[in-house]
Amino acid sequence: MLSMNVEFGFLEGLVRGYKSEILKTTDYANLLQCDSLEDVKLHLSSTGYGDFLANEQPPLRTTTIREHMTQKLVDELHFMRVQAVEPLKQFFEYIRYSYMIDNIVLIISGTLHERSVQDLLQQCHPLGMFDSVAMAGLTIAKSISEVYRFVLVDTPLAPYFQDCLSEEDLDELNVEIIRSTLYRAYLEDFNRFCEKIGGSTWDIMQPILEFEADRRAINITINSFGTELSKDDRARLYPRLGKLYPEGHAALARADSQQQVRTIVDVHMQYRRVFASAANDPNKTLEDAFFEHEVYLNKDAFNAQFGFGVFYAFVKLKEQEIRNIVWIAETIAMGARNKATYIALF
Amino acid sequence: YQRRVRGAGVGMGLCMSLSVLGASWGIWTVGTSILGAGVKAPRIRAKHIVSVVFCEAVAIYGIIMAILMRQRWERIDDLHPNRSDYLAGYVLFAGGLGAGLCNIFSGVCVGVAGSSAALGDAQNPKLFVRLIVVEIFGSALGLFGIIVGIVAITGVEFGTKVTHHNMMMT
Repeated sequence: MLSMNVEFGFLEGLVRGYKSEILKTTDYANLLQCDSLEDVKLHLSSTGYGDFLANEQPPLRTTTIREHMTQKLVDELHFMRVQAVEPLKQFFEYIRYSYMIDNIVLIISGTLHERSVQDLLQQCHPLGMFDSVAMAGLTIAKSISEVYRFVLVDTPLAPYFQDCLSEEDLDELNVEIIRSTLYRAYLEDFNRFCEKIGGSTWDIMQPILEFEADRRAINITINSFGTELSKDDRARLYPRLGKLYPEGHAALARADSQQQVRTIVDVHMQYRRVFASAANDPNKTLEDAFFEHEVYLNKDAFNAQFGFGVFYAFVKLKEQEIRNIVWIAETIAMGARNKATYIALF
Repeated sequence: YQRRVRGAGVGMGLCMSLSVLGASWGIWTVGTSILGAGVKAPRIRAKHIVSVVFCEAVAIYGIIMAILMRQRWERIDDLHPNRSDYLAGYVLFAGGLGAGLCNIFSGVCVGVAGSSAALGDAQNPKLFVRLIVVEIFGSALGLFGIIVGIVAITGVEFGTKVTHHNMMMT
């Protein structure tokens, strides 16, 4: 705490300035009154977003809005990232790894289905782009093991592959299993890194990463009902951290229905609340309830100074804001404005 | 001569250097936060200079103390050592060390509080006055240190003759 500000004080002040531009409930109330996407653009121009859609030709599409909002987040994150020194630099890289994993899975499944490289690169999330050297290898790779050998071993995610997958596995396994395996290695690594930093960073990141791991475990379990994923395989995909580790994981591995899952996680007060809020509200899915809890944990990060948690929380809250606005824009575009809901951030 | 003066010299040096260390620690802590928060909230840039001024005051306390200490050395006489010189040496060392340490902690305290004040004020302007009150209390700590130090060192002087009267006073 006493010496954090030397290297990170400016960036912490900067990220808090960015956070103050996150839309408040009054802004969302205004957005819900909009009749068309042009209205949405007008309202957004009076917030921190400014004229970011000024160069777009009408008619406006929701995908355009999403792209531009994501690009603004990427620019802000890039501005902070290039000024960071260790260990904040590594922390920013860890934030990006989860998007890189999504991009890699996209590339792998795209290669499997013989899609063109340009298409794939356009669909990749901009936060998780690799540098151009790695991307150049994509054009010559024809099968997944070639993608692995030419592209993936040069990326920072190579250690996550080495832990658990071999080249043959990549060809055979379902891409979702690859994604879960990579994400598990990433989450455990990130957890170790935050623990090593300690201090206020660990205080903030520990509950967030725990919740992420538990959420993964619950989602993997629920999504594997009715598929041919065996129970042992399922247990191997759970990250080895979180409130549900290890007893909850043993029970979840044997679970067969959503009701059983709910009973297993009911032991923990927070998850009981999450499941109850999803069950009580017919319009809210479990996924929405999980997002709400994630927002609650991330808002807490801004109450702590002299730590890195604010950077992670900023990225996640901005993502949630993008999801909110895109959902509202889509309901407006579909003409079903009564379906518009959002998770209030601040 | 050396034994008497060495402690006093070290005390003087420590007072000055520790005070400056505390002040600079505080200023670097608060300065980066003001710069960072000032990007998106430019109105705080001018107001929060007062935090830097509070930290700087800590360094000035150190200078005042060191100059007062120097004035205790006027009449040192190395041919006729006397007992009160030893006392002077020790008191100057202790006063300098005590005031210096107080100023380090005060400077760091004002810096950390000022950093939080800058970040809080950028979000909510009503917080400014309350957080400045916290900083005022923090800088009072350095003031306590030099008050005690000054009271201690004005009682001693190098080079006075020890008479029965002086002995009772010291």
